[in-house]
Amino acid sequence: MTAIGVTPRRVVRSEWIKLATLRSTTLTFAVAVAAMIGLSVLVAWATIDNWTSMSPAARRSVAVEEVVLSGRHLAQLAIGVVGVMAITGEYATGMIRATLAAVPERMPVLWAKLGIYAAATLALMLVASFTGFFAGNAVLAEHWDFHLSDPGVLRSVFGAAISLTAVCLLGTALGFILRNTAGAISTLFGILMVLPLLREFSPVIGRYLPTSAIDSLLTARIEGEMLRPLPAFLLLCAYVGAAIGGAAFMLLRKDA
Amino acid sequence: MISVEDLTKRYGEKTAVDGLTFTVQPGIVTGFLGPNGAGKSTTMRMIAGLDRPTSGRALVDRRPYVEDPAPLRRVGLLLEAKAVHTSRTARNHLRALAATHGIGRRRVEEVIELTGLQDVADKRAGGFSLGMGQRLGIASALLGDPANLMLDEPVNGLDPEGVLWMRRLLRGLAAEGRTILLSSHLMSEMAMTADHLIVIGRGRLIADLSVEELTAQASRGHVRVRTPDTGPLAGLLAGPGVNVEAPGNGLLEVTGLESDAIGELARRHDLPLYELTPVRASLEEAFMELTRDAVEYRAVDIEEVVA
Repeated sequence: MTAIGVTPRRVVRSEWIKLATLRSTTLTFAVAVAAMIGLSVLVAWATIDNWTSMSPAARRSVAVEEVVLSGRHLAQLAIGVVGVMAITGEYATGMIRATLAAVPERMPVLWAKLGIYAAATLALMLVASFTGFFAGNAVLAEHWDFHLSDPGVLRSVFGAAISLTAVCLLGTALGFILRNTAGAISTLFGILMVLPLLREFSPVIGRYLPTSAIDSLLTARIEGEMLRPLPAFLLLCAYVGAAIGGAAFMLLRKDA
Repeated sequence: MISVEDLTKRYGEKTAVDGLTFTVQPGIVTGFLGPNGAGKSTTMRMIAGLDRPTSGRALVDRRPYVEDPAPLRRVGLLLEAKAVHTSRTARNHLRALAATHGIGRRRVEEVIELTGLQDVADKRAGGFSLGMGQRLGIASALLGDPANLMLDEPVNGLDPEGVLWMRRLLRGLAAEGRTILLSSHLMSEMAMTADHLIVIGRGRLIADLSVEELTAQASRGHVRVRTPDTGPLAGLLAGPGVNVEAPGNGLLEVTGLESDAIGELARRHDLPLYELTPVRASLEEAFMELTRDAVEYRAVDIEEVVA
């Protein structure tokens, strides 16, 4: 036990205690996990129900990752909210003043919060997307023969967990920038749900949106204008990095 | 020891704190007084590194708070606005804060006991009464066993027993050699707790003096004398350092002479006295006098409005 004082490790421990002691956070994480696994099974059932009415071409066009990752949109809502609330909850209640008085350097708080929430999201969503894959695929196995080793499938299942982690980080960064729950959540969902409409008007811009990068990570068969997985991943990292840069700037420059 | 040097904070056009310079000494309780909106909270937030000064600086034990390796050990902070996540229990709130400094579980339990929070420690802080919230704030402030304490309106919302508890606690902590800065807009509360006063108004320093000095200022009151012979008595009382005013109705207001001297003088000259009353200004009045020109939001006297 070293002397009493702030260390990065201790700030991480503090942020972990904060995460684990808020019922709303654990509950929302649970919703995301349930959505990933539950919707995978439900959509798989619905798909095999349609088997008899499907043309041979339709049967061939079923993509396993689309079925077993059906829960990702719902999970995205839950994870986005968790990410935003990680910090806006502190601004709304005034807790941020206690946090920053204890760690007046401030940046360790940003890193610790991002790190803890990203780690928790990544771990849970890896478990959820792989469980979702195996559960949904077990249902599909009645009529289809899909494997994790099929081209692009393993990458898509990983991609789901990675893109959900990116959504969480974007949410937390936006929360640090806007300091307001409603504002940060609307901005985040604007980026994830409204911005993709731009694709209709400008395919060029549309190609480089955060959601386009996410789609590339989650699709086994990359076709046409779609970004390849590696550039898509790097693009997503750049968006998250830019948001974190904005968060650091606001945290250091503005009064608490 | 807390010191601020030429500390200034502007929000656009408005200057909240205007070139403040003062030092808060260890071992005593220092009251930070001023009407609402005088800049007390902003000053404290700048000392704690929460707000950035427009110019000037604040030091705690000769170092900017932000550069301290163990801030919770340096300053215990209680801000007027609550700084607790409403959905977390009191114990978990304290655990999370303690963790940033590697402060152990035992100290968390100690401050819970010290502030009398045992029965509610596992309840969500959002459901706390004002008084309980204030106790949790004190518990957080004491977590690091800090050498300096900075408390913004700490008795707000406390019941009389709580106020008494707070006073004893602060006196005890000061006696241990800690530096204690305590803000309030109530002189009466300060007179009971503080040894020294720093008075500000509209962001500027108005007075930096001991409570005794202020008491001495306040007791320079006047003596009210009622007599049918105002003229002759006024003539007798006149002298160097003595001021006599005659507001009429057989009244004289005498400053610079004690009531016994006036009574003695009247007896020697056979002048009847109907009333002889020393009028002392209370500390509250002395404080109002000090800050009269610096009050941000002043209530207009009813008579002024009617007239």
